[in-house]
Amino acid sequence: MTRETLVNLVILAALIGTALVAQALGEGFVVTLATKAAIFALAGVGLNLALGFGGMVSLGHAAFFGIGGYVCAILASHAASGQPVAVLPFTIAGTNEMPAIWPVAMAVSGLAAGLIGALSLRTTGVYFIMVTLAFAQMIYYFAVSWPRYGGDDGLSFYVRNSFPGLNTFDPIQYFAICATLLVLALGVCALILRARFGLALEGARQNPARAQALGIRPYGLRLTAFVLSGMIVGLAGALYADLNRFVSPAMLSWHMSGEIMVFVILGGVGRLCGPVAGAAIYILLEHLLGGVSDYWQVLLGLLLLGIVLFAPGGLVGLIAPRRRHV
Amino acid sequence: MTDLVQIDHLSAFYGPVQALFDVSLTLAEGEVLALMGRNGMGKTTTIRALCRLLPHAGGGLRFGGVDLTGLPAHRAARLGIGLVPEGRRCFLPLSVAENLTVAARPGPWDMARVCALFPRLAERMGQVAGTLSGGEQQMLAIGRALMTNPRLLVLDEATEGLAPVVRQEIWQAVRQLKADGLSILLVDKSLREIAAVADRAVILERGASVWNGPLADLGPQLADRYLGV
Repeated sequence: MTRETLVNLVILAALIGTALVAQALGEGFVVTLATKAAIFALAGVGLNLALGFGGMVSLGHAAFFGIGGYVCAILASHAASGQPVAVLPFTIAGTNEMPAIWPVAMAVSGLAAGLIGALSLRTTGVYFIMVTLAFAQMIYYFAVSWPRYGGDDGLSFYVRNSFPGLNTFDPIQYFAICATLLVLALGVCALILRARFGLALEGARQNPARAQALGIRPYGLRLTAFVLSGMIVGLAGALYADLNRFVSPAMLSWHMSGEIMVFVILGGVGRLCGPVAGAAIYILLEHLLGGVSDYWQVLLGLLLLGIVLFAPGGLVGLIAPRRRHV
Repeated sequence: MTDLVQIDHLSAFYGPVQALFDVSLTLAEGEVLALMGRNGMGKTTTIRALCRLLPHAGGGLRFGGVDLTGLPAHRAARLGIGLVPEGRRCFLPLSVAENLTVAARPGPWDMARVCALFPRLAERMGQVAGTLSGGEQQMLAIGRALMTNPRLLVLDEATEGLAPVVRQEIWQAVRQLKADGLSILLVDKSLREIAAVADRAVILERGASVWNGPLADLGPQLADRYLGV
Protein backbone atom coordinates (compact mmCIF):
# COMPACT_ATOMS: atom_id res chain seq x y z
CA MET A 1 0.00 0.00 0.00
CA THR A 2 1.46 3.38 -0.93
CA ARG A 3 1.49 6.29 1.45
CA GLU A 4 -1.15 8.10 -0.58
CA THR A 5 -3.51 5.12 -0.42
CA LEU A 6 -3.05 5.09 3.34
CA VAL A 7 -3.77 8.83 3.55
CA ASN A 8 -6.87 8.34 1.38
CA LEU A 9 -8.18 5.62 3.67
CA VAL A 10 -7.52 7.77 6.75
CA ILE A 11 -9.40 10.71 5.21
CA LEU A 12 -12.43 8.55 4.36
CA ALA A 13 -12.33 6.84 7.75
CA ALA A 14 -12.23 10.23 9.49
CA LEU A 15 -15.29 11.45 7.58
CA ILE A 16 -17.30 8.29 8.19
CA GLY A 17 -16.03 7.98 11.77
CA THR A 18 -17.11 11.54 12.57
CA ALA A 19 -20.65 10.77 11.46
CA LEU A 20 -20.81 7.50 13.39
CA VAL A 21 -19.42 9.00 16.61
CA ALA A 22 -21.76 11.98 16.33
CA GLN A 23 -24.67 9.59 15.84
CA ALA A 24 -23.65 7.60 18.92
CA LEU A 25 -23.46 10.81 20.94
CA GLY A 26 -26.84 11.95 19.65
CA GLU A 27 -25.41 14.96 17.78
CA GLY A 28 -27.74 14.92 14.78
CA PHE A 29 -26.51 18.29 13.57
CA VAL A 30 -22.93 17.05 13.26
CA VAL A 31 -24.18 14.10 11.18
CA THR A 32 -25.84 16.60 8.85
CA LEU A 33 -22.58 18.56 8.65
CA ALA A 34 -20.73 15.37 7.73
CA THR A 35 -23.39 14.69 5.07
CA LYS A 36 -22.83 18.15 3.64
CA ALA A 37 -19.08 17.50 3.63
CA ALA A 38 -19.62 14.18 1.81
CA ILE A 39 -21.79 15.88 -0.82
CA PHE A 40 -19.32 18.72 -1.35
CA ALA A 41 -16.54 16.14 -1.48
CA LEU A 42 -18.44 14.31 -4.24
CA ALA A 43 -18.70 17.58 -6.19
CA GLY A 44 -14.97 18.12 -5.62
CA VAL A 45 -14.16 14.60 -6.82
CA GLY A 46 -16.10 15.38 -9.99
CA LEU A 47 -14.30 18.66 -10.60
CA ASN A 48 -10.95 17.04 -9.80
CA LEU A 49 -11.43 14.69 -12.73
CA ALA A 50 -11.50 17.70 -15.09
CA LEU A 51 -9.25 20.10 -13.20
CA GLY A 52 -6.72 17.83 -11.53
CA PHE A 53 -6.38 14.92 -13.91
CA GLY A 54 -7.45 16.54 -17.18
CA GLY A 55 -5.86 19.95 -16.59
CA MET A 56 -9.11 21.72 -17.50
CA VAL A 57 -9.56 24.67 -15.15
CA SER A 58 -13.33 25.02 -15.28
CA LEU A 59 -15.00 27.90 -13.49
CA GLY A 60 -18.40 26.69 -14.61
CA HIS A 61 -19.00 23.52 -12.62
CA ALA A 62 -21.72 25.21 -10.56
CA ALA A 63 -23.81 24.81 -13.72
CA PHE A 64 -23.74 21.02 -13.35
CA PHE A 65 -24.18 21.20 -9.57
CA GLY A 66 -27.21 23.43 -9.99
CA ILE A 67 -28.66 21.45 -12.88
CA GLY A 68 -28.47 18.27 -10.79
CA GLY A 69 -30.15 20.11 -7.93
CA TYR A 70 -32.90 21.56 -10.10
CA VAL A 71 -33.61 18.20 -11.75
CA CYS A 72 -34.09 16.72 -8.27
CA ALA A 73 -36.28 19.59 -7.03
CA ILE A 74 -38.38 19.78 -10.19
CA LEU A 75 -39.09 16.03 -10.22
CA ALA A 76 -39.88 16.10 -6.49
CA SER A 77 -42.19 19.10 -6.70
CA HIS A 78 -44.09 17.52 -9.58
CA ALA A 79 -44.41 14.29 -7.64
CA ALA A 80 -45.88 16.30 -4.76
CA SER A 81 -48.34 18.20 -6.94
CA GLY A 82 -49.23 15.24 -9.14
CA GLN A 83 -48.73 17.30 -12.30
CA PRO A 84 -46.57 15.71 -15.02
CA VAL A 85 -43.28 17.51 -15.81
CA ALA A 86 -44.04 17.40 -19.51
CA VAL A 87 -46.85 16.02 -21.62
CA LEU A 88 -45.35 16.36 -25.09
CA PRO A 89 -43.83 14.46 -26.79
CA PHE A 90 -44.60 11.89 -24.11
CA THR A 91 -45.70 12.15 -20.53
CA ILE A 92 -42.93 12.55 -17.96
CA ALA A 93 -44.26 12.24 -14.46
CA GLY A 94 -42.52 13.60 -11.39
CA THR A 95 -40.94 11.19 -8.96
CA ASN A 96 -39.74 11.16 -5.40
CA GLU A 97 -37.61 8.03 -5.71
CA MET A 98 -33.89 8.78 -5.44
CA PRO A 99 -32.82 5.82 -7.63
CA ALA A 100 -34.97 7.33 -10.40
CA ILE A 101 -33.89 10.93 -9.79
CA TRP A 102 -30.12 10.32 -9.78
CA PRO A 103 -29.79 8.91 -13.32
CA VAL A 104 -31.93 11.75 -14.68
CA ALA A 105 -29.86 14.36 -12.82
CA MET A 106 -26.64 12.77 -14.09
CA ALA A 107 -27.94 12.46 -17.64
CA VAL A 108 -29.12 16.08 -17.83
CA SER A 109 -25.93 17.49 -16.30
CA GLY A 110 -23.86 15.16 -18.50
CA LEU A 111 -25.71 16.45 -21.55
CA ALA A 112 -25.04 20.03 -20.45
CA ALA A 113 -21.38 19.15 -19.86
CA GLY A 114 -21.20 17.63 -23.33
CA LEU A 115 -22.57 20.78 -24.96
CA ILE A 116 -20.53 23.21 -22.85
CA GLY A 117 -17.40 21.05 -23.08
CA ALA A 118 -17.62 20.55 -26.84
CA LEU A 119 -17.54 24.32 -27.32
CA SER A 120 -15.24 25.35 -24.45
CA LEU A 121 -12.58 22.73 -25.12
CA ARG A 122 -11.74 24.45 -28.38
CA THR A 123 -10.04 27.03 -26.19
CA THR A 124 -7.35 26.64 -23.55
CA GLY A 125 -5.94 28.52 -20.59
CA VAL A 126 -7.60 31.71 -19.46
CA TYR A 127 -10.08 31.58 -22.36
CA PHE A 128 -11.29 28.18 -21.21
CA ILE A 129 -11.86 29.56 -17.71
CA MET A 130 -13.84 32.50 -19.10
CA VAL A 131 -15.91 30.45 -21.57
CA THR A 132 -16.95 27.92 -18.91
CA LEU A 133 -17.78 30.79 -16.55
CA ALA A 134 -19.85 32.45 -19.26
CA PHE A 135 -21.89 29.30 -19.92
CA ALA A 136 -22.53 28.83 -16.20
CA GLN A 137 -23.65 32.43 -15.85
CA MET A 138 -26.09 31.99 -18.75
CA ILE A 139 -27.70 29.08 -16.94
CA TYR A 140 -27.68 31.06 -13.67
CA TYR A 141 -29.52 34.01 -15.20
CA PHE A 142 -31.91 31.66 -16.94
CA ALA A 143 -32.82 30.14 -13.56
CA VAL A 144 -33.19 33.59 -11.98
CA SER A 145 -35.55 34.77 -14.65
CA TRP A 146 -37.65 31.63 -15.13
CA PRO A 147 -40.65 32.09 -12.84
CA ARG A 148 -42.10 28.60 -13.32
CA TYR A 149 -39.74 27.03 -10.79
CA GLY A 150 -39.39 29.92 -8.37
CA GLY A 151 -37.00 32.15 -10.27
CA ASP A 152 -34.92 34.18 -7.88
CA ASP A 153 -36.68 32.73 -4.81
CA GLY A 154 -35.71 29.17 -5.53
CA LEU A 155 -37.85 26.09 -5.22
CA SER A 156 -38.73 24.21 -2.01
CA PHE A 157 -40.04 20.71 -1.62
CA TYR A 158 -41.14 19.70 1.80
CA VAL A 159 -40.51 15.97 1.86
CA ARG A 160 -37.07 14.49 1.27
CA ASN A 161 -37.12 11.99 -1.59
CA SER A 162 -37.16 8.36 -0.61
CA PHE A 163 -34.83 5.43 -1.13
CA PRO A 164 -36.22 1.90 -1.04
CA GLY A 165 -35.56 0.22 2.28
CA LEU A 166 -34.16 3.31 4.00
CA ASN A 167 -35.63 6.16 5.98
CA THR A 168 -33.97 9.15 4.35
CA PHE A 169 -35.19 11.51 7.08
CA ASP A 170 -32.89 9.82 9.54
CA PRO A 171 -29.67 11.89 9.26
CA ILE A 172 -27.35 8.90 9.63
CA GLN A 173 -29.19 6.93 6.94
CA TYR A 174 -29.03 9.84 4.53
CA PHE A 175 -25.35 10.20 5.39
CA ALA A 176 -24.89 6.51 4.56
CA ILE A 177 -26.41 7.09 1.11
CA CYS A 178 -24.19 10.10 0.39
CA ALA A 179 -21.02 8.46 1.75
CA THR A 180 -21.67 5.30 -0.29
CA LEU A 181 -22.06 7.33 -3.47
CA LEU A 182 -18.87 9.23 -2.61
CA VAL A 183 -16.92 6.00 -2.17
CA LEU A 184 -18.40 4.62 -5.40
CA ALA A 185 -17.39 7.77 -7.29
CA LEU A 186 -13.89 7.55 -5.84
CA GLY A 187 -13.69 3.91 -6.91
CA VAL A 188 -14.85 4.73 -10.43
CA CYS A 189 -12.30 7.57 -10.66
CA ALA A 190 -9.49 5.33 -9.40
CA LEU A 191 -10.37 2.70 -12.01
CA ILE A 192 -10.62 5.23 -14.84
CA LEU A 193 -7.32 6.83 -13.92
CA ARG A 194 -5.50 3.52 -13.73
CA ALA A 195 -6.84 2.48 -17.13
CA ARG A 196 -5.20 3.52 -20.38
CA PHE A 197 -7.80 6.32 -20.62
CA GLY A 198 -6.46 7.92 -17.44
CA LEU A 199 -2.85 7.57 -18.52
CA ALA A 200 -3.60 9.10 -21.90
CA LEU A 201 -5.50 11.94 -20.19
CA GLU A 202 -2.50 12.52 -17.93
CA GLY A 203 -0.18 12.43 -20.94
CA ALA A 204 -2.33 14.92 -22.83
CA ARG A 205 -2.31 17.21 -19.80
CA GLN A 206 1.48 17.07 -19.48
CA ASN A 207 2.18 17.67 -23.14
CA PRO A 208 -0.58 17.65 -25.77
CA ALA A 209 1.83 17.69 -28.73
CA ARG A 210 3.77 14.71 -27.41
CA ALA A 211 0.56 12.79 -26.86
CA GLN A 212 -0.62 13.62 -30.37
CA ALA A 213 2.63 12.38 -31.87
CA LEU A 214 1.82 9.03 -30.23
CA GLY A 215 -1.64 8.89 -31.77
CA ILE A 216 -3.64 10.23 -28.84
CA ARG A 217 -6.34 12.82 -29.60
CA PRO A 218 -6.53 15.19 -26.63
CA TYR A 219 -9.90 16.73 -27.55
CA GLY A 220 -11.92 13.52 -27.35
CA LEU A 221 -10.24 12.43 -24.12
CA ARG A 222 -10.79 15.78 -22.48
CA LEU A 223 -14.41 15.97 -23.57
CA THR A 224 -15.08 12.50 -22.15
CA ALA A 225 -13.44 13.44 -18.85
CA PHE A 226 -15.36 16.75 -18.79
CA VAL A 227 -18.70 14.96 -19.29
CA LEU A 228 -17.92 12.38 -16.58
CA SER A 229 -16.88 15.22 -14.32
CA GLY A 230 -20.14 17.08 -15.00
CA MET A 231 -22.18 13.94 -14.29
CA ILE A 232 -20.54 13.37 -10.90
CA VAL A 233 -21.02 17.03 -9.96
CA GLY A 234 -24.66 16.79 -11.11
CA LEU A 235 -25.21 13.81 -8.81
CA ALA A 236 -23.72 15.82 -5.94
CA GLY A 237 -26.15 18.64 -6.80
CA ALA A 238 -29.12 16.27 -6.60
CA LEU A 239 -27.97 15.03 -3.18
CA TYR A 240 -27.44 18.60 -2.00
CA ALA A 241 -30.96 19.55 -3.08
CA ASP A 242 -32.31 16.62 -1.07
CA LEU A 243 -30.21 17.57 1.95
CA ASN A 244 -31.75 21.06 2.07
CA ARG A 245 -35.07 20.19 0.41
CA PHE A 246 -34.52 23.48 -1.39
CA VAL A 247 -32.76 24.68 -4.52
CA SER A 248 -32.07 28.23 -5.60
CA PRO A 249 -30.05 29.92 -8.33
CA ALA A 250 -27.26 30.30 -5.73
CA MET A 251 -26.36 26.69 -6.51
CA LEU A 252 -25.66 27.81 -10.07
CA SER A 253 -23.73 30.95 -9.26
CA TRP A 254 -20.01 31.36 -9.84
CA HIS A 255 -19.46 31.48 -6.08
CA MET A 256 -20.42 27.83 -6.04
CA SER A 257 -17.95 27.07 -8.87
CA GLY A 258 -15.28 28.83 -6.84
CA GLU A 259 -16.18 26.90 -3.68
CA ILE A 260 -15.90 23.54 -5.44
CA MET A 261 -12.53 24.66 -6.79
CA VAL A 262 -11.45 25.62 -3.26
CA PHE A 263 -12.22 22.07 -2.03
CA VAL A 264 -9.97 20.67 -4.73
CA ILE A 265 -7.10 23.12 -4.15
CA LEU A 266 -7.22 22.83 -0.34
CA GLY A 267 -7.08 19.05 -0.45
CA GLY A 268 -4.75 18.58 -3.37
CA VAL A 269 -5.20 19.04 -7.11
CA GLY A 270 -5.00 15.73 -8.94
CA ARG A 271 -5.08 13.68 -5.72
CA LEU A 272 -7.86 11.11 -5.52
CA CYS A 273 -9.07 11.97 -2.02
CA GLY A 274 -7.84 15.57 -2.04
CA PRO A 275 -11.34 17.02 -2.52
CA VAL A 276 -12.67 14.94 0.37
CA ALA A 277 -10.11 16.46 2.73
CA GLY A 278 -10.71 19.90 1.22
CA ALA A 279 -14.49 19.76 1.59
CA ALA A 280 -14.23 18.45 5.16
CA ILE A 281 -11.88 21.29 6.16
CA TYR A 282 -14.12 23.83 4.47
CA ILE A 283 -17.18 22.63 6.38
CA LEU A 284 -15.19 22.46 9.61
CA LEU A 285 -13.94 26.03 9.22
CA GLU A 286 -17.38 27.27 8.23
CA HIS A 287 -18.84 25.67 11.34
CA LEU A 288 -16.11 26.71 13.79
CA LEU A 289 -15.36 30.19 12.46
CA GLY A 290 -18.76 31.02 10.99
CA GLY A 291 -20.09 31.46 14.52
CA VAL A 292 -17.29 33.87 15.41
CA SER A 293 -17.65 36.21 12.48
CA ASP A 294 -19.54 36.58 9.23
CA TYR A 295 -16.20 37.35 7.65
CA TRP A 296 -14.71 33.92 8.35
CA GLN A 297 -13.86 33.53 4.68
CA VAL A 298 -11.03 36.03 5.19
CA LEU A 299 -9.30 33.28 7.16
CA LEU A 300 -10.19 30.74 4.49
CA GLY A 301 -8.55 33.06 1.97
CA LEU A 302 -5.39 33.20 4.05
CA LEU A 303 -5.35 29.41 4.36
CA LEU A 304 -5.81 29.08 0.61
CA LEU A 305 -2.98 31.53 0.01
CA GLY A 306 -0.73 29.54 2.34
CA ILE A 307 -1.56 26.27 0.57
CA VAL A 308 -0.95 27.69 -2.89
CA LEU A 309 2.33 29.33 -1.86
CA PHE A 310 3.85 26.67 0.36
CA ALA A 311 2.08 23.40 -0.43
CA PRO A 312 0.95 23.35 -4.07
CA GLY A 313 -0.03 19.69 -3.67
CA GLY A 314 -2.63 20.65 -1.05
CA LEU A 315 -2.98 18.80 2.22
CA VAL A 316 -2.65 15.36 0.66
CA GLY A 317 0.48 16.56 -1.15
CA LEU A 318 1.88 17.80 2.15
CA ILE A 319 1.42 14.44 3.87
CA ALA A 320 2.11 12.14 0.93
CA PRO A 321 4.50 13.74 -1.59
CA ARG A 322 4.43 12.48 -5.17
CA ARG A 323 5.78 9.00 -5.53
CA ARG A 324 9.10 8.27 -7.20
CA HIS A 325 8.44 4.56 -7.33
CA VAL A 326 5.18 2.70 -7.66
CA MET B 1 9.00 -3.04 -52.87
CA THR B 2 6.49 -0.26 -52.52
CA ASP B 3 7.40 3.08 -51.03
CA LEU B 4 6.13 3.52 -47.49
CA VAL B 5 7.06 7.17 -47.27
CA GLN B 6 6.97 9.57 -50.18
CA ILE B 7 7.98 13.16 -49.60
CA ASP B 8 7.90 15.38 -52.70
CA HIS B 9 9.29 18.88 -52.81
CA LEU B 10 8.20 19.55 -49.26
CA SER B 11 8.39 23.02 -47.77
CA ALA B 12 7.73 24.05 -44.17
CA PHE B 13 7.63 27.20 -42.09
CA TYR B 14 8.06 28.12 -38.45
CA GLY B 15 5.67 31.06 -38.34
CA PRO B 16 6.91 33.44 -41.03
CA VAL B 17 10.33 31.77 -41.30
CA GLN B 18 10.80 29.20 -44.01
CA ALA B 19 12.79 26.20 -42.76
CA LEU B 20 12.32 23.67 -45.56
CA PHE B 21 12.48 24.68 -49.20
CA ASP B 22 12.59 21.51 -51.25
CA VAL B 23 12.91 18.18 -49.49
CA SER B 24 12.20 14.98 -51.40
CA LEU B 25 12.78 11.47 -50.20
CA THR B 26 11.31 8.00 -50.37
CA LEU B 27 11.56 5.14 -47.96
CA ALA B 28 10.69 1.61 -49.00
CA GLU B 29 8.97 -0.93 -46.76
CA GLY B 30 11.58 -2.60 -44.57
CA GLU B 31 14.26 -0.07 -45.42
CA VAL B 32 16.44 1.89 -43.00
CA LEU B 33 16.98 5.41 -44.27
CA ALA B 34 19.33 7.90 -42.64
CA LEU B 35 18.54 11.60 -42.78
CA MET B 36 21.80 13.49 -42.55
CA GLY B 37 23.10 17.01 -42.63
CA ARG B 38 24.78 19.59 -40.45
CA ASN B 39 23.00 21.33 -37.61
CA GLY B 40 20.09 23.51 -38.63
CA MET B 41 19.71 22.03 -42.11
CA GLY B 42 16.16 20.77 -41.54
CA LYS B 43 16.42 17.16 -40.36
CA THR B 44 14.18 17.54 -37.35
CA THR B 45 11.87 19.88 -39.27
CA THR B 46 11.42 17.22 -41.96
CA ILE B 47 10.51 14.71 -39.27
CA ARG B 48 8.12 17.15 -37.61
CA ALA B 49 6.46 17.78 -40.96
CA LEU B 50 6.16 14.03 -41.61
CA CYS B 51 4.53 13.55 -38.19
CA ARG B 52 2.18 16.43 -39.00
CA LEU B 53 3.46 18.51 -36.09
CA LEU B 54 3.87 21.50 -38.42
CA PRO B 55 1.16 23.10 -40.54
CA HIS B 56 1.33 21.96 -44.13
CA ALA B 57 2.90 24.57 -46.38
CA GLY B 58 3.56 22.91 -49.72
CA GLY B 59 4.68 19.75 -51.44
CA GLY B 60 3.53 16.16 -51.18
CA LEU B 61 3.53 13.97 -48.11
CA ARG B 62 2.32 10.39 -48.37
CA PHE B 63 2.55 7.48 -45.97
CA GLY B 64 1.55 3.99 -47.06
CA GLY B 65 -0.26 5.56 -50.00
CA VAL B 66 -2.32 7.87 -47.76
CA ASP B 67 -2.05 11.62 -48.28
CA LEU B 68 -0.94 13.06 -44.94
CA THR B 69 -1.32 16.74 -45.77
CA GLY B 70 -4.21 18.12 -43.78
CA LEU B 71 -4.36 15.22 -41.31
CA PRO B 72 -4.01 16.07 -37.60
CA ALA B 73 -0.94 14.67 -35.84
CA HIS B 74 -2.79 11.90 -33.99
CA ARG B 75 -4.24 10.54 -37.25
CA ALA B 76 -0.78 10.38 -38.78
CA ALA B 77 0.50 8.56 -35.72
CA ARG B 78 -2.36 6.07 -35.90
CA LEU B 79 -1.56 5.32 -39.54
CA GLY B 80 1.64 3.85 -38.13
CA ILE B 81 4.28 6.53 -37.68
CA GLY B 82 6.04 5.84 -34.37
CA LEU B 83 8.04 8.92 -33.43
CA VAL B 84 10.91 8.80 -30.96
CA PRO B 85 11.39 12.53 -30.54
CA GLU B 86 14.68 14.32 -30.09
CA GLY B 87 15.44 14.72 -26.40
CA ARG B 88 13.43 11.59 -25.55
CA ARG B 89 10.35 13.38 -24.12
CA CYS B 90 9.08 10.63 -21.88
CA PHE B 91 6.17 11.42 -19.59
CA LEU B 92 8.41 12.04 -16.60
CA PRO B 93 5.91 11.68 -13.72
CA LEU B 94 4.57 8.39 -15.08
CA SER B 95 6.21 5.05 -14.36
CA VAL B 96 7.96 2.96 -17.02
CA ALA B 97 4.99 0.60 -17.28
CA GLU B 98 2.57 3.54 -17.57
CA ASN B 99 4.70 5.23 -20.24
CA LEU B 100 4.62 2.02 -22.25
CA THR B 101 0.86 1.59 -21.82
CA VAL B 102 -0.15 5.16 -22.49
CA ALA B 103 -0.32 4.93 -26.28
CA ALA B 104 -0.22 1.16 -26.75
CA ARG B 105 -2.16 -0.27 -29.66
CA PRO B 106 -2.73 -3.97 -30.31
CA GLY B 107 -0.20 -5.78 -32.46
CA PRO B 108 2.93 -7.92 -32.31
CA TRP B 109 4.71 -5.46 -30.04
CA ASP B 110 3.69 -5.82 -26.43
CA MET B 111 5.23 -5.28 -23.03
CA ALA B 112 7.04 -8.64 -23.07
CA ARG B 113 8.66 -8.02 -26.44
CA VAL B 114 9.80 -4.52 -25.46
CA CYS B 115 11.26 -5.97 -22.27
CA ALA B 116 13.10 -8.59 -24.31
CA LEU B 117 14.58 -5.84 -26.49
CA PHE B 118 15.53 -3.65 -23.51
CA PRO B 119 16.00 -5.86 -20.44
CA ARG B 120 16.92 -2.76 -18.45
CA LEU B 121 13.34 -1.51 -18.75
CA ALA B 122 12.01 -4.78 -17.39
CA GLU B 123 14.04 -4.21 -14.23
CA ARG B 124 12.57 -0.73 -13.77
CA MET B 125 8.89 -1.21 -14.62
CA GLY B 126 7.64 0.53 -11.46
CA GLN B 127 10.15 3.35 -11.50
CA VAL B 128 9.07 6.87 -12.44
CA ALA B 129 10.49 7.90 -15.83
CA GLY B 130 11.99 11.11 -14.43
CA THR B 131 14.36 9.08 -12.26
CA LEU B 132 15.79 7.02 -15.14
CA SER B 133 19.17 7.75 -16.69
CA GLY B 134 19.28 9.39 -20.10
CA GLY B 135 19.98 6.11 -21.84
CA GLU B 136 17.15 4.35 -20.06
CA GLN B 137 14.79 7.21 -20.96
CA GLN B 138 15.87 6.79 -24.59
CA MET B 139 15.09 3.08 -24.41
CA LEU B 140 11.74 3.94 -22.87
CA ALA B 141 10.97 6.43 -25.65
CA ILE B 142 11.77 3.78 -28.26
CA GLY B 143 9.72 1.21 -26.34
CA ARG B 144 6.80 3.61 -26.09
CA ALA B 145 6.88 4.17 -29.87
CA LEU B 146 7.12 0.41 -30.52
CA MET B 147 4.09 -0.21 -28.30
CA THR B 148 2.00 1.79 -30.79
CA ASN B 149 2.91 -0.99 -33.27
CA PRO B 150 4.17 1.38 -35.95
CA ARG B 151 4.86 0.59 -39.59
CA LEU B 152 7.65 3.15 -39.49
CA LEU B 153 9.89 3.98 -36.56
CA VAL B 154 11.27 7.52 -36.63
CA LEU B 155 14.38 7.98 -34.50
CA ASP B 156 15.46 11.59 -34.06
CA GLU B 157 18.97 11.74 -32.56
CA ALA B 158 18.41 8.58 -30.59
CA THR B 159 21.96 8.38 -29.27
CA GLU B 160 22.59 12.07 -28.69
CA GLY B 161 24.42 12.83 -25.46
CA LEU B 162 24.63 9.23 -24.28
CA ALA B 163 27.63 7.33 -22.97
CA PRO B 164 29.39 5.19 -25.62
CA VAL B 165 28.43 1.93 -23.95
CA VAL B 166 24.75 2.96 -23.88
CA ARG B 167 24.94 4.11 -27.50
CA GLN B 168 26.13 0.61 -28.39
CA GLU B 169 23.10 -0.88 -26.64
CA ILE B 170 20.73 1.42 -28.56
CA TRP B 171 22.40 0.71 -31.91
CA GLN B 172 22.29 -3.00 -31.15
CA ALA B 173 18.54 -2.68 -30.60
CA VAL B 174 18.11 -0.70 -33.83
CA ARG B 175 19.98 -3.40 -35.76
CA GLN B 176 17.72 -6.00 -34.23
CA LEU B 177 14.62 -4.01 -35.26
CA LYS B 178 16.00 -3.78 -38.78
CA ALA B 179 16.57 -7.55 -38.83
CA ASP B 180 12.91 -7.97 -37.81
CA GLY B 181 11.98 -6.05 -40.97
CA LEU B 182 10.81 -2.78 -39.42
CA SER B 183 11.09 0.34 -41.58
CA ILE B 184 13.18 2.98 -39.86
CA LEU B 185 13.87 6.64 -40.58
CA LEU B 186 16.77 7.82 -38.47
CA VAL B 187 18.61 11.03 -37.84
CA ASP B 188 22.04 10.88 -36.30
CA LYS B 189 25.39 12.60 -36.46
CA SER B 190 27.82 9.70 -36.31
CA LEU B 191 28.47 8.59 -39.89
CA ARG B 192 30.33 5.48 -38.73
CA GLU B 193 27.45 4.26 -36.59
CA ILE B 194 24.84 5.10 -39.21
CA ALA B 195 26.79 3.22 -41.87
CA ALA B 196 26.47 0.05 -39.80
CA VAL B 197 22.65 0.03 -40.00
CA ALA B 198 21.30 2.32 -42.71
CA ASP B 199 20.76 1.13 -46.28
CA ARG B 200 20.53 4.56 -47.80
CA ALA B 201 21.00 8.17 -46.83
CA VAL B 202 19.42 11.49 -47.78
CA ILE B 203 21.50 14.57 -47.09
CA LEU B 204 19.87 17.91 -46.39
CA GLU B 205 21.46 21.29 -46.85
CA ARG B 206 19.70 24.54 -46.05
CA GLY B 207 16.26 22.99 -46.11
CA ALA B 208 16.68 21.04 -49.34
CA SER B 209 17.64 17.46 -50.11
CA VAL B 210 20.91 17.60 -52.02
CA TRP B 211 22.14 14.02 -52.10
CA ASN B 212 20.46 10.67 -52.03
CA GLY B 213 22.00 7.23 -52.39
CA PRO B 214 23.43 4.13 -50.77
CA LEU B 215 25.79 4.93 -47.91
CA ALA B 216 28.60 3.05 -49.65
CA ASP B 217 28.54 5.69 -52.39
CA LEU B 218 29.11 8.48 -49.92
CA GLY B 219 32.85 9.05 -50.30
CA PRO B 220 35.03 11.11 -47.98
CA GLN B 221 34.85 14.11 -50.29
CA LEU B 222 31.06 14.23 -50.33
CA ALA B 223 30.91 13.56 -46.63
CA ASP B 224 33.26 16.41 -45.96
CA ARG B 225 31.35 18.76 -48.24
CA TYR B 226 27.92 18.12 -46.73
CA LEU B 227 28.65 16.89 -43.23
CA GLY B 228 32.12 18.13 -42.29
CA VAL B 229 32.50 20.96 -39.89
